[in-house]
Amino acid sequence: MKLVHIAATIALLSVSSVTFAQTKAKHAAAAPAADGKAIYGRVCITCHMADGMGVPNMNPPIVKTPYILGNKTKVINIVLNGFNESVEIEGNQYSNVMPSQDFLKDNEIAAVLTYVRSHFGNKASAITTTDVKKARAAKKKK
Amino acid sequence: MKKKFLPAILLPLAVSVGFLLSNASKKADHATPEGSGLIVPAGFDAAIVADNITGGVREMAVTPQGDLYAKVYRIRRGSNGKGIVQFHLEGDKAVMKNSFGNFAGSGMYIKKGYLYASSDNDVYRYKLDANNNVINPNEPEKIVVGLIARIEHQPKAILVDDNDNLYVNIGAFSNSCQTEDRKQGSMGMKGCPVLDSAAGIWRFKADKLDQHYKDGIRYATGLRNVVGMDWNKQDNQLFVMQHGRDQLNSIFPNLYNDKQNAELPAECMYALKEGDNAGWPYLYYDQLQHKQVLAPEYGGDGKKSPAPGFIEPVAAYPGHMAPNGLLFYTGTQFPEKYRNGAFIAFHGSWNRAPEPQKGFFVVFQPFKNGKPSGDWEVFADNFAGSPEKAATGRADRRPCGLVQGIDGSIYVSDDTPTKGTIYKISYKK
Repeated sequence: MKLVHIAATIALLSVSSVTFAQTKAKHAAAAPAADGKAIYGRVCITCHMADGMGVPNMNPPIVKTPYILGNKTKVINIVLNGFNESVEIEGNQYSNVMPSQDFLKDNEIAAVLTYVRSHFGNKASAITTTDVKKARAAKKKK
Repeated sequence: MKKKFLPAILLPLAVSVGFLLSNASKKADHATPEGSGLIVPAGFDAAIVADNITGGVREMAVTPQGDLYAKVYRIRRGSNGKGIVQFHLEGDKAVMKNSFGNFAGSGMYIKKGYLYASSDNDVYRYKLDANNNVINPNEPEKIVVGLIARIEHQPKAILVDDNDNLYVNIGAFSNSCQTEDRKQGSMGMKGCPVLDSAAGIWRFKADKLDQHYKDGIRYATGLRNVVGMDWNKQDNQLFVMQHGRDQLNSIFPNLYNDKQNAELPAECMYALKEGDNAGWPYLYYDQLQHKQVLAPEYGGDGKKSPAPGFIEPVAAYPGHMAPNGLLFYTGTQFPEKYRNGAFIAFHGSWNRAPEPQKGFFVVFQPFKNGKPSGDWEVFADNFAGSPEKAATGRADRRPCGLVQGIDGSIYVSDDTPTKGTIYKISYKK
């Protein structure tokens, strides 16, 4: 299974980079976005689903919500600390436990958040490894 | 959570909006399964009897006069802010008579002249008159108060037996009792403390006011979360459906792959006696190996067996389908094979991703002499709207509560907050 995963990831990586190279030659940052997709598929997809729309009543959508598109540090902290409160998004209530994903490396968190913030119809700025590093350091000081 | 409910309840505009019933517009095509969108066996007919019950409908209860009480799951802005709706059933229509109760929730049960209802923390009851109408809709009695409801498995399923006992499910505020809930690699807490106040069925007195935990007993434990429960009259015993644990693959990626996670663990049916322990969080049931397996949080590897002493399920179903309704069919309208068998409403999965999702249907489980006998079969399908919608988890509707009507038809609720549909399934041949 792992081999399949790796193969799929490599395939995705190469397909994405080819596509990006062809259609958006200017986007030098194509590689981390591709990483982000693989991490999304490994870590996030279980709850937030393939289309990012989550699960009614339980797992909130990550599409076009201020939690994802807003302040960079906030969204980084959600990944680092997890998220354990009920939220209301567009009149729907969501209530489940999101565990801390702090086992992900800084560059992995940057890649997956950059991917999420620029896919599923989202359009927000990239998150850099430095952004994540800062947030993690601030968390440790507390 | 509470804070967010308040504005919805107080919204004055909500009072005038009320519930929109679809009877007028859908009357003509109600009589066919095509009209309801459901797929049912030959000779059966499915109809939508009520729709757009904002907030979604969980459990229901039917009176001998042919009324149906529906528990509204969530109180949303734009609804009339009420948590219970009373309908009168007339053919393939449910005509709204009344709505009351300012609390959201899940449980709805009628016994000995009282309507019982649960919020996520409390159990209430309303006295009924000779026609089973609620006498004082604004002043329910509080039977049980202060039950734990955190941000997982909050709804309280309820049932009253013939001896004035009230059974309440208190779902685990945890997936598998890890030190850090749902976190990759986090191990199980020793002597799982969740079990003290949740993950079991508690029994209280049905007619005593203001009971707390200390006034009840933990009737059965080691049940992660139960929504569907019913009393089996042949066995004179409580049967429950457990929602099995999630995320074997994402918590222990070295032990479980995506395909294994999609099927495991089984969603289990248990027949309970006082003192039973079904084993959560220390074990799960593997329906492919036909055995109890030690949970990986407690040292399991997907094969090792747990310590003995835990009850076995009486039936097991594929993983994550979320059994939300259980009904033993005691009517005579349906053909002989259905009598005393069990209908189970599988709400539908989310935790099978990236594999296709499953469920969103009502299953029939044949019984013989009070025990499951023979393979289960899908009885009513296509609540999701299409096979694609079921596979992606983007279901139009999700079956939840089940109740038997006085004529032997069964009613199925949908708890999608933006839809809130009630279906009737009857045998016409």
